[in-house]
Amino acid sequence: MRTRTNVLARLGGTARACVVASALALVALAGPAAALGPDEILDDPALEERAREVSKGLRCLVCQNQSIDDSDAPLARDLRTLVRERIEAGDTNDEVVSFVVDRYGDFVLLRPPLNAYTIVLWVAPTLVLIAGAAGLVLTLRRRRRIAAGAPTAAGLSAEEEAALARILERERT
Amino acid sequence: MLIEAGHFALALALGLSVVQFLVPIWGARTNDATLMSVGPPAAIGVFALILFSFGVLSFAYATSDFSLANVVANSHSQKPFVYKLTGVWGNHEGSMLLWILILALFGALVAVARNAVPPKLRANTIAMQGLVTIAFLLFLLITSNPFERISPAPFEGQDLNPFLQDPGLAIHPPLLYIGYVGFSITFAFAMAALIEGKIDAVWARAVRPWTLTAWGFLTLGIAMGSYWAYYELGWGGWWFWDPVENASLMPWLAGTALIHSTVVMEKRDALKVWTILLAILTFSLSLLGTFLVRSGVLTSVHAFAVDPDRGLFILGILVFFIGGSLALFAWRAPMLKQGGIFAPVSREGALVLNNLFISTACATVFIGTLYPLALESLTGAKISVGAPFFNATFLPIAVPLLLLLPFGQVIAWKRGDVAGITSRLYVAAGLAILATVAVYAVTLGGPALAPLGIGLGVFLVLGAFNEVATRAWQSGSGGVALAAKRALGLPRSTWGTVLAHAGMGVTVVGVAATAWSVERIVSMNPGDVQTIAGYEARLEGVFPRTLHNYNEDVARFTLLDDGREVAQLETMKRIYPARGMSTTEAGLETFGFSQVYISFGEIQPDGSLGVRLYYKPWILLIWIGSVIMALGAALALTDRRYRVGAPVRAKGGPRGSGSSTRRPAATSAVPAE
Repeated sequence: MRTRTNVLARLGGTARACVVASALALVALAGPAAALGPDEILDDPALEERAREVSKGLRCLVCQNQSIDDSDAPLARDLRTLVRERIEAGDTNDEVVSFVVDRYGDFVLLRPPLNAYTIVLWVAPTLVLIAGAAGLVLTLRRRRRIAAGAPTAAGLSAEEEAALARILERERT
Repeated sequence: MLIEAGHFALALALGLSVVQFLVPIWGARTNDATLMSVGPPAAIGVFALILFSFGVLSFAYATSDFSLANVVANSHSQKPFVYKLTGVWGNHEGSMLLWILILALFGALVAVARNAVPPKLRANTIAMQGLVTIAFLLFLLITSNPFERISPAPFEGQDLNPFLQDPGLAIHPPLLYIGYVGFSITFAFAMAALIEGKIDAVWARAVRPWTLTAWGFLTLGIAMGSYWAYYELGWGGWWFWDPVENASLMPWLAGTALIHSTVVMEKRDALKVWTILLAILTFSLSLLGTFLVRSGVLTSVHAFAVDPDRGLFILGILVFFIGGSLALFAWRAPMLKQGGIFAPVSREGALVLNNLFISTACATVFIGTLYPLALESLTGAKISVGAPFFNATFLPIAVPLLLLLPFGQVIAWKRGDVAGITSRLYVAAGLAILATVAVYAVTLGGPALAPLGIGLGVFLVLGAFNEVATRAWQSGSGGVALAAKRALGLPRSTWGTVLAHAGMGVTVVGVAATAWSVERIVSMNPGDVQTIAGYEARLEGVFPRTLHNYNEDVARFTLLDDGREVAQLETMKRIYPARGMSTTEAGLETFGFSQVYISFGEIQPDGSLGVRLYYKPWILLIWIGSVIMALGAALALTDRRYRVGAPVRAKGGPRGSGSSTRRPAATSAVPAE
């Protein structure tokens, strides 16, 4: 059995703890729930509603697959504030999103935009369904054609069927 | 000394699993019953050794033996005892040991199970399970030894990640792993069939109980993880389309498809090649999930390089088993004899359609999860694929599938007729439409699509019970008593199907109902009252408390309904000094299937407390439905066809739709153990 003295240092990292947690709990990516707080909320409910709508599609950059509303990371808070500032300044939702994308790239979008990089991603589910359906139809057709050629319940060939009939005939007599 | 014995037991288990792999497979090849009979005792021995090893690690955790690096890194002397025990699998090494323990457990269960499995099939299956065990034992011993000592031993441990110090850790990973790893047996059976080059209804019948077991546990494991995330994370979300969640959803989807395709195979001797492929894919997805989670590749493509030993090792295992099994499949599958034929409109056709949709759904999750990783490593471009993508692509596949589900249940085998189908379903469909309209009317002005979701759920539940109803009433006369008697007399596998499908419907209703959840984010001072969905929550005060290995701030609320006190709630923010991490614990109060959910936020600049209040109508239905699904699997498992020693005869099939097994199964061929 090997003994390792630097093991404490090796195991102490929080990144590691994060991986373990995600492995087991499915929760690692979350911090404590100091996400969107009451001090951030806009007074105008209509604007706040829009801020939520925009936030839902924006990713907390330092977390994993978490929207900025759900994250407690300071960076997510900054982004939430930014979104609200832009909305109060009169931007439309799309303008806010492109403002954020200009600064942080497509990575910030939880719903990847359709472009050369993502075209495969977006069409893949449909392609899989179509390919699957086509494969299915072809297989069934081929099967029925084969079945029509040898239409016995036991799956015997015509030759075997004839042999069987002869044997049965012999038994009977 | 005990620790070393635990470590040594792993090494012995490795040696014995080599025996478990080589001897039975050779025996099956040379038709040598003696060699084949080595398999079961070897599998049981491997399990016993790993169990001992697992016991030793648990003992080290229970006694806070800080001479073990693993215990130091993940435990603390002040930690509540139950979390000391569950902490055994709250880390990489320990959870891999649990993984292997369950792997060996399934091997041993096949060895002792007394249902009729032809001896060669059993020998090959046990051997393949041995091969998987070898791979993972090597992984554990070479890269992830849980018994590594540390010198000098520190006085105190570094504590377990606070998020994991929760009852959820006691339940969620074991359930999930039994599900994940349970599919290894299905995989082993598939490999055995390919090696032997023979697959028939007997195979389907032998595999089905294992698939049902794994699927039921996986269902519970995923549901438990979802509920854990819901109450632990503090904003009441229950599914995030997180890669780790997707990693467990993929085998679940593939396993669901597998359960349905084995039905076709068992009853009609069709879909053989596809079923074998599904069995391979399901376990491959389990392995992929393990790889994604264990290698660190998810955190970042670059994290993969931080600990390359482990990532590469699991990748090697992945490539070996998936590549090897698919190669064997490509070589052997064309030799498998194709089975019965059927009309497109038939139970078989419906189940094929089910498989098409579920496979597409599974592929969608697969692509969405792995695409960003592939794109980044190929082009360097970084994109995110989150909930909006999955909602846009997964739901359009899932919804039609669910809509068609009740139709599938009423179609006859071999050849169904459309008129008969509609005549059997119009009551359920009518009531579901009625429910949709009623919900829409009552909640006028609310979410527009959600009533359709409720209607879909109702349709699923009614459609599920419709089968029982029509079969009980079909002969017409006899009255209610006879119909009830007939309903109860239906085979348990039928009832299992009914429960599983109804459970799905219940979950769908719960998911749809989340559209009406109410959220309030406010700041409160002691004495303040906030209303949430007709309840008033009064903040009584915030006070500090020290317990076990954490300090916490507790916010106590009184919940009032029309001025009448109905509940006391506490929500906490905990600080764990050992790791300097904090967690929040939500305060939950259940009313029927609905919950009031209060979560501790930040102390605001003015000294007031940030509070998130939620009302989650019918939210519990999401998880209750999952439990019902798992119960369905359990009920089907007790069907007499699968019961220990139940005779396998052609007449055993419960449905009157003809022979369920083509050839007389090898009843007398149960190997003597």
